[in-house]
Amino acid sequence: MSDAARSIPMATPRRAGSAMTWLWVLGLVLAIALPWCFYDFAKARHSGFMISMFSQAGMMIIFALSYNMLMGQAGLLSFCHAVFFGFGGYVVIHALTGASNGSFPIPMELMPLAGGLAGLILAIIFGYMATKQRATAFAMITLGIGELMATAALMFQHFFGGEGGITSDRMIDRSLFGLSYAQSIEVYYLIVFWTMVSVIGMYFLTQTPLGRMANACRDNFERAQFVGYDPKIVRFIQFALSGLFAGMGGALYAIAYEIVTFDSMAGPLSANALLMAYIGGTTVFGGPILGAVLITVLQSGVSLLSNSWLVYVGVLFITMVTFVPEGLAGIIMAHGPIRKAGKLGKLAVPYVRILVPGFILVLGFVALVELVSFQTIGAAQGKKLVLFGNPIDIASNIPWAVAIGGLIIGGIWLRFESIVFGRVWDEITAELKRAEART
Amino acid sequence: MEIILVSLLNGLVYGMLLFMLASGLTLIFSMMGVLNFAHASIYMIGAYLAFEVSRWFGFLPALILAPILCGAIGAAIEIWGLRRVHHNGHIAELLFTFGLVFIVQRGVQMIWGMLPMPYRVPSYLDFPLFTLYGANFPAYRGFMLLISAGMLLAIWLLLKKTRVGLIIQAALTHPNMVSSLGHNVPMVFTGVFAGGCGLAGLAGVIGGNYLTTESSMADAMGPIVFVVVVFGGLGSLAGCFIASIIMGMIQTFAVVFDYTIADMFSPLFKVPEMDTLLGEILTVPMSRIGPLLPYALMILILLVRPRGLLGTRDT
Repeated sequence: MSDAARSIPMATPRRAGSAMTWLWVLGLVLAIALPWCFYDFAKARHSGFMISMFSQAGMMIIFALSYNMLMGQAGLLSFCHAVFFGFGGYVVIHALTGASNGSFPIPMELMPLAGGLAGLILAIIFGYMATKQRATAFAMITLGIGELMATAALMFQHFFGGEGGITSDRMIDRSLFGLSYAQSIEVYYLIVFWTMVSVIGMYFLTQTPLGRMANACRDNFERAQFVGYDPKIVRFIQFALSGLFAGMGGALYAIAYEIVTFDSMAGPLSANALLMAYIGGTTVFGGPILGAVLITVLQSGVSLLSNSWLVYVGVLFITMVTFVPEGLAGIIMAHGPIRKAGKLGKLAVPYVRILVPGFILVLGFVALVELVSFQTIGAAQGKKLVLFGNPIDIASNIPWAVAIGGLIIGGIWLRFESIVFGRVWDEITAELKRAEART
Repeated sequence: MEIILVSLLNGLVYGMLLFMLASGLTLIFSMMGVLNFAHASIYMIGAYLAFEVSRWFGFLPALILAPILCGAIGAAIEIWGLRRVHHNGHIAELLFTFGLVFIVQRGVQMIWGMLPMPYRVPSYLDFPLFTLYGANFPAYRGFMLLISAGMLLAIWLLLKKTRVGLIIQAALTHPNMVSSLGHNVPMVFTGVFAGGCGLAGLAGVIGGNYLTTESSMADAMGPIVFVVVVFGGLGSLAGCFIASIIMGMIQTFAVVFDYTIADMFSPLFKVPEMDTLLGEILTVPMSRIGPLLPYALMILILLVRPRGLLGTRDT
């Protein structure tokens, strides 16, 4: 393993000032107002699907951000992050049971702290083992830890409940504000509150010396060592704290669903953290938030419509790794200087030109994937492919020809347009550089 | 006694299957620094392709064709995928193969459906080879041993006795020096990647009908293969071999023994029955702990000896 650590610094919020503050406020207002956008006034009730999706997004934001404390900020690729999420969830499920029978008298509002504490303790134990190493060895140890705990969760019935998981009841009648948490909207606001607390907490952690040293150890751990910091200890503290936040996310999961199964501890969820953080962008603090919201919304939406959700995520992920390693947030940040120079308008036409073939390409690809999957999985489920109300005969050649044609034409066209786009982009950035050199 | 002998043979069969997968992975990993997450996915593709080929042409053509196809897939991944992301570092390469896992997993389900494939042992290999203390040893397991021993010999000859092997060996330990001497290292990489994927495909061909050919077989095999590679140590095929056999033995022997941790203490003192997590840990039988052991062993060895059993450099 060479030291090909990325030397992209975290986006420093030095001059960000007011714009950043407004972004925080906007996020909070959006989080509070969103459920009411889908409020059914005729029946006077909230949309259950939307509330559950937003709640899921909330805990996934915590989860993805805490993952990025390792991946983006400390350069550690972990494959066991779900272990802390799941463990926090299990502990809170037990705590809820304990709270209702009186053996653990804690109000509902503070339950996430119990989950966070559980995640912290487990992360201290496993972090002690894993953070002695870095890079690939670290990744391998965490992979082992993840598999170990997922297998253990299936094995030990008493604490983890085996395959069925454990259930509890969140109506424990212990609240600081006299809320019963019978309605999901109350739980949603609890999640919003704790998500906000965690996000702010993790943001301020990036500003502390610890956060800065984590960046230093990511970029050049030998130099950090010479300055007098022990990278192992920096990694260890960072790992433990990320476990704390993951545990808080897991606690919210347990409260919202009232059941925790071994799935919330297993590999796919750890992989999900990686996908969310990477697709959103690991080099910007807000990147994982973007990724978590995007993936959750797509997952809830697309997985209802399609069987092939995993293929789309996989292709999206590979595309990001190959072409946009800095993630969605990285793309957005790259537009900052251009916007400041007032040259954003110059990009409008190239963007439209690149979006048209891109759209055709995506459409062709989706059509092809759906056609293939409807031959096997769809057929087994007895479903029929229906597009815009028209049933489509997958046995005939026409849809296949359209799909493959769209894929090929879109691909070739996009390749051509992306060259044009690249030329315009390079021109603008070169111009900006010249302007900067003159001043 | 008979249990030990039979388990020893079964452990050897499973261990050799592991080695077939792990040898390719360790060659790729130590040469290119790429942890190929999709290695077990290639193994799964190998099994599905073998099923498809054997349905039309029979088992023996599948034994040759499927690994070649898997090798071609591997070469394509290396040339059109990994080389593009190479300049972003090893983590990007790892993530690329990580994304492939999802695509292969779902792609296989899309093409062949969710149900296990009826990929069976060919009839001319489906007879008991010999009987050991009343237990039959199937001829197909003997055949698997034969194939894996042949592969072991072929790899050894290739690496030790040919010029290609010399270059590969040199590139394992000193990739920069080899490239400075004028060898086309990227082409060596492609070759090794394709070869490793071909071996994974071969493991899929003979493992697909020994175990089950289904879309979860990559998930079942993947983590264990990583454990083997890390446990054995980077850059060492011998370590990889020893680790494969150890893991194969552990997995088969653990199923056989029914002791618990409480049993181990029983000569000293009686462990009281407890209805807690600790009580459960103490009384869970060995046969159920089995799946945990490889991971526990790997974490242990990485803590004590980060370079693995016979590794030449840190992971």
